[in-house]
Amino acid sequence: MTKELSNKVINIKPSGIRKFFDIVSEMEDVISLGVGEPDFDTPWHIRDEGIYALEKGRTFYTSNSGLKDLRIEISNYIKRTQNIDYNPDNEIIVTIGGSEAIDIGLRSLVNDGDEVIIPQPSYVSYEPCTILANAKPVIINLKAENEFRLKPNELLNAITDKTKLLILPYPNNPTGAIMEKKDLEDIAQIIKEKDIYVMSDEIYSELSYKEKHVSIASISSMKERTILINGFSKSYAMTGWRLGYACAPKEIIKQMTKIHQFAIMCAPTTSQYAAVEALKNGDKDVEEMKRAYNQRRRFLIQSFKDLNIECFEPYGAFYVFPCIKEFNMTSEEFATRLLEEEKVAAIPGSAFGKSGEYHLRISYAYSLESLKIAMARFKKFVDRLRANM
Amino acid sequence: MREELLAIIEKNSRIDLKDVAKMLGKEEIDIVNELASLEKEGVICGYHTLIDWEKTSIEKVTALIEVRVTPQRGQGFDKIAERIYNYPEVRSVYLISGGYDLLVIIEEKTLREISNFVSDKLSTLDSVLSTATHFILKKYKDHGTILTKKHDDEREIITP
Repeated sequence: MTKELSNKVINIKPSGIRKFFDIVSEMEDVISLGVGEPDFDTPWHIRDEGIYALEKGRTFYTSNSGLKDLRIEISNYIKRTQNIDYNPDNEIIVTIGGSEAIDIGLRSLVNDGDEVIIPQPSYVSYEPCTILANAKPVIINLKAENEFRLKPNELLNAITDKTKLLILPYPNNPTGAIMEKKDLEDIAQIIKEKDIYVMSDEIYSELSYKEKHVSIASISSMKERTILINGFSKSYAMTGWRLGYACAPKEIIKQMTKIHQFAIMCAPTTSQYAAVEALKNGDKDVEEMKRAYNQRRRFLIQSFKDLNIECFEPYGAFYVFPCIKEFNMTSEEFATRLLEEEKVAAIPGSAFGKSGEYHLRISYAYSLESLKIAMARFKKFVDRLRANM
Repeated sequence: MREELLAIIEKNSRIDLKDVAKMLGKEEIDIVNELASLEKEGVICGYHTLIDWEKTSIEKVTALIEVRVTPQRGQGFDKIAERIYNYPEVRSVYLISGGYDLLVIIEEKTLREISNFVSDKLSTLDSVLSTATHFILKKYKDHGTILTKKHDDEREIITP
């Protein structure tokens, strides 16, 4: 073939994580801290419900926006956790993971040249999805001294006449940062004044260790301008089931449903049946997993403190984000050497945006035993570096 | 912190207390003190090891015995339970609601030893009305731990 492929796609850089993955997969005996998914299995009663759905032959398409029962359960869940009312008939769509919701949400909101504000470090898909939607990403480089929270003045400085929406990724992957109610109220004020939309990616909402997660959509007059994205991957350890959802005003959901209808048809039926069970009877599992994560979180924070490595206390998700600036290496160099010399895989912070440079994303979705071994190796590495400085 | 500490120690009583302290955001000395008082109060009654004896060459037979008894005036089931649990070969004794009264778990080297225990000692006790003995053929899961398989981490090494 001589005809060129899409320039837009060609110009998108592949995820920085991917590159690292290629090196890691060649090596043996690697202990990884690089995983962005729970180490727990999906709780058995949820898996069992999926199996039952298969046995019953529930293998047809569901309606485009998802099983009615599931949308009702999602609506109940948001009501009981955030006290927001979403109509299961037209304000909720079930998607293939939060990722699809991000993609179709963006495509439903923006016109060519609109600006999308993306605070970074953050999940790797916001920027490419924005570009694919023909909009322009405007990056806010969040600061470690603010614990990577989004500050009102940072937002104000990023807003222009062309700003269409803000992506609000909290609790945050990779930093573990959260936004508390007060933080959100300050941001909401500006959003309302400047009349923009918010895409609030709350996939880690259940993993918030300071206080219960607060959704920006719960703040007055914010529901009408918010796409709330959540899913089952992190809270119920269901990554492979590929199931998420978006809640938004019905005009937005209507547009999202069109893209979803033509590109996807519907989310996997088996997963949807399992998810109904998760929302109905899974609160206890969520609590138990959260408790285990919290113990590991404290363990890692203290371990980094013992090593004298700067690390703000993250209150969300399952990541810590230590700063490695003192070693005079980029995070990619540091992570590569850590991998080669001690066989510990951690993800360079720069993979999540420029402002992630000089940090590492360390996941604690691992057993305590693994974390202990990894930290022992990490210590050896750091001691050696310091001895040679 | 009590409940959380107990949950951790129940899963792994050999865990390094330094690690426990880190996990709970406390000092090691706090953990040591708390464990000491839990032991003193009798909340923590012992530290055992979960062994899958089937994987050794040592023979062991475990039986569950359902026992129906006549409760004794003034003492209910406690007196008869005591007579049973004092036998060292008895591992556990539970008072049970439903079709029978006591569930006795016993471990011996051979089937014969168990049947001797039941016929000579247990059934001859005055207040014992009847017994039903069930031998355990295979242990799949014990104390919340699945014995039959190891859990490997099958996740990709790096995911976003």
